[in-house]
Amino acid sequence: MTATIAYDEVEVGTELPQRQFPLRRADLVRYAGASGDFNPIHWSDRAAAEAGLPGVIAHGMLTMATAARLITDWIGDPRALVEFGVKFSSPVVVPDDDEGATVTVSGVVAKKLDGNRVVVNLTTRCRGEKVLMASRATLQLP
Amino acid sequence: MPLNQDFVGRCFVADVPFQVGREHIRQFARAVGDDNPLYHDVDAARAAGFPDLVAPPTFLINAMPGTLGLPTEDEALGLDYTLVVHGEQRFELHRPVVAGDELVTSSTLTSIRAVGRNEVLVTTYRYDTTAGEQVATGICTLVSRGTAAPRS
Repeated sequence: MTATIAYDEVEVGTELPQRQFPLRRADLVRYAGASGDFNPIHWSDRAAAEAGLPGVIAHGMLTMATAARLITDWIGDPRALVEFGVKFSSPVVVPDDDEGATVTVSGVVAKKLDGNRVVVNLTTRCRGEKVLMASRATLQLP
Repeated sequence: MPLNQDFVGRCFVADVPFQVGREHIRQFARAVGDDNPLYHDVDAARAAGFPDLVAPPTFLINAMPGTLGLPTEDEALGLDYTLVVHGEQRFELHRPVVAGDELVTSSTLTSIRAVGRNEVLVTTYRYDTTAGEQVATGICTLVSRGTAAPRS
């Protein structure tokens, strides 16, 4: 599998298809197990309330991994992702119900650099609020 | 209680290399809901030119010593992990991590500074294989909520 998007095919302003990702409480517990991050604010309402949070919140790294999927699914080849960074601007509150939370991720090509590199800016929202800021990926394209 | 500034500048390295395993990659990919065959199917990964299963990009966070690279169990640091939220995370990926990699990971606590009532900890990460190949670097910002010394 090589990257399915070539440098010459994208322009500044090229949009990545927007996607929605559901996150439920069970997903947070699964992520805690897989990542080893058992901070109780990510699974216990009691701990979240004691920490002064509006509710149990998703691991920032789970939100980041979710945003990364927009990129890796778009380019096909994970080798193409050479730099990725985010600021966690607002917590993703995940209530213990059937709906949980829905994270919406969209992206746009912001810059074309020398050496077949492009910069993609991502926008990640939950309940209308930006949960990631300065969310930027650099891709090495064929 | 403010954090212990004596920890600034310290480098934390795990006692043993982090062995990247196939089942851990699959478990992590399932946990982030990613069914990319490169993360699950060894034949698909090999057909794409990788030596083994590929780890999703943010899998790197698992390889840090302690919690997100900090010795949260060390009472001398004074970090109450339930008061911590992640502020910022960045990775530079030189190549994807694959199953079978043995990573020597280290984190350096570069600063602790008060921002209002919170304290902000900045940590830098390095990921090298036991053969000496650097595969990634990273930077992590954590926010310790409400622990800054009150202003007089």
